[in-house]
Amino acid sequence: MVSGHLNAENLLESVTQELRVQMMHRDLTDPIMIGIRTGGVWLAERLHTALNLNSPLGVLDISFYRDDFSQSGLNPKVQPTQLPCPTEGRDLILVDDVIMSGRTIRAAMNELFDYGRPASILLVTLIDLQHRHLPIQPDVVGERLTLGEDQQIKLSGPFPLALEIRNRS
Amino acid sequence: MLPKEYYDAIQLTPEGQLKHFLTIEGLSPLLLTEILDTADSFVDMNAQQVKKVPLLRGKTVANLFFEASTRTLSTFELAAKRLSADVLNLNISTSSTSKGETLKDTLMTLQAMHCDMFVVRHSASGAAHFIAQHVTPDVAVINAGDGRHAHPTQAMLDMLTIRQHKGDFKNLKVAIVGDILHSRVARSEIHALRILGANEIRVIAPATLLPKHIESLGVKVFTEMSRGLRDVDVVIMLRLQRERMQTALLPSESEFYSLYGLTENKLAYAKPDAIVMHPGPINRGVEIESRVADGPRSVILNQVTNGIAVRMAVMSMAMSGQQLNTQSSSFTESSARTESL
Repeated sequence: MVSGHLNAENLLESVTQELRVQMMHRDLTDPIMIGIRTGGVWLAERLHTALNLNSPLGVLDISFYRDDFSQSGLNPKVQPTQLPCPTEGRDLILVDDVIMSGRTIRAAMNELFDYGRPASILLVTLIDLQHRHLPIQPDVVGERLTLGEDQQIKLSGPFPLALEIRNRS
Repeated sequence: MLPKEYYDAIQLTPEGQLKHFLTIEGLSPLLLTEILDTADSFVDMNAQQVKKVPLLRGKTVANLFFEASTRTLSTFELAAKRLSADVLNLNISTSSTSKGETLKDTLMTLQAMHCDMFVVRHSASGAAHFIAQHVTPDVAVINAGDGRHAHPTQAMLDMLTIRQHKGDFKNLKVAIVGDILHSRVARSEIHALRILGANEIRVIAPATLLPKHIESLGVKVFTEMSRGLRDVDVVIMLRLQRERMQTALLPSESEFYSLYGLTENKLAYAKPDAIVMHPGPINRGVEIESRVADGPRSVILNQVTNGIAVRMAVMSMAMSGQQLNTQSSSFTESSARTESL
């Protein structure tokens, strides 16, 4: 059980440092960074600038790939996925704000594979809420949290990035 | 016209979501806007490198066409395939009905094959309603044109095309020209334009090609192009449906063209930025001059492109509505504990 505000900018800084180490460790010289709409894109934009990556930033909208479409319907304002360069054979860094069940990342990877076979995918999230339904784990995490049943976390942005934990009313 | 409750009961879930798409009549401005917004998402998707999403994966869509069609059938087929559904195209005029099978028997046979959606085109008005009333509860029915009654996906793709070019509907004057009498497209368009709040809807046609009491749909009737086209923002031309004309409604095609064919001279009555639409197939030199059909104000090919997006939107919304209607589970990651502002 946690409460109040987390410093998103500090978490982003530690994610940036750890990602830099991971990239060196894995010898990723020219990866393509891809953010998942909406919060993941805000983070990816900041990471892309901080790490001074060469390849342009990609944006993924996974609404059409969700596995709960038959239960929750379709979001009518789905924005297009934009992958500015071919991902076939490339190293990808996938960025999202929060991971919990792992279903969003499953959907994102399905969509990415429709565009080609990447050499590797590295997963970065700011927050890990655990409670996984699928065997998917992030490689770089800002903070691991366990929320109460009646709590939810919200990221607002893009400038400044702020995280807030709220009790559901 | 039947009361709104009648249409609601057939094509909406208790929560107000689409489960069949049979007619525009009775639908709310909110729902029509939701269809257009969803279609916009698919317009973007259709322009991408990978034109396929898994929304209807594992579902089987049967296109039941009891009447000939090229663009409607092919765009429905492409729409279903781009949603990852398996598609069965049945040209029923050449199948079992010619051997004496009734519509209901054909339907039951297809249901036994576990189809999840029927896209129906039929020459009899009300055919799609009949099928929707007789299918099992988890099967969605989409009307792809029934007799003179309705062609709701055509109307919605036209609304999408108008919205893309003109933005809001509130200030628009729209003229629908030609064979109004036989046109299910015109009826569905009139309903959609009224629901979306168009400023003025006009129909322009010779008296023999106007249905009786058309004014009751809330349109202004004109029999001359010079008056009817004055200051309009959108001109929708209709195809002359000679195959449905059992009596002599017209002296000749050339006389119709001289009075009602859209030429550059006649288009000059409309606003300078007016767009020209046609549901196709176009008859050059009968309803429309080639220079206009191929000209800079023609959006006829945009309509075809938008047809795929609108059909993807309606199919995915109806399938989702059917499943929500029959399922109780509602856990989603976004509604559970995470949310991005």
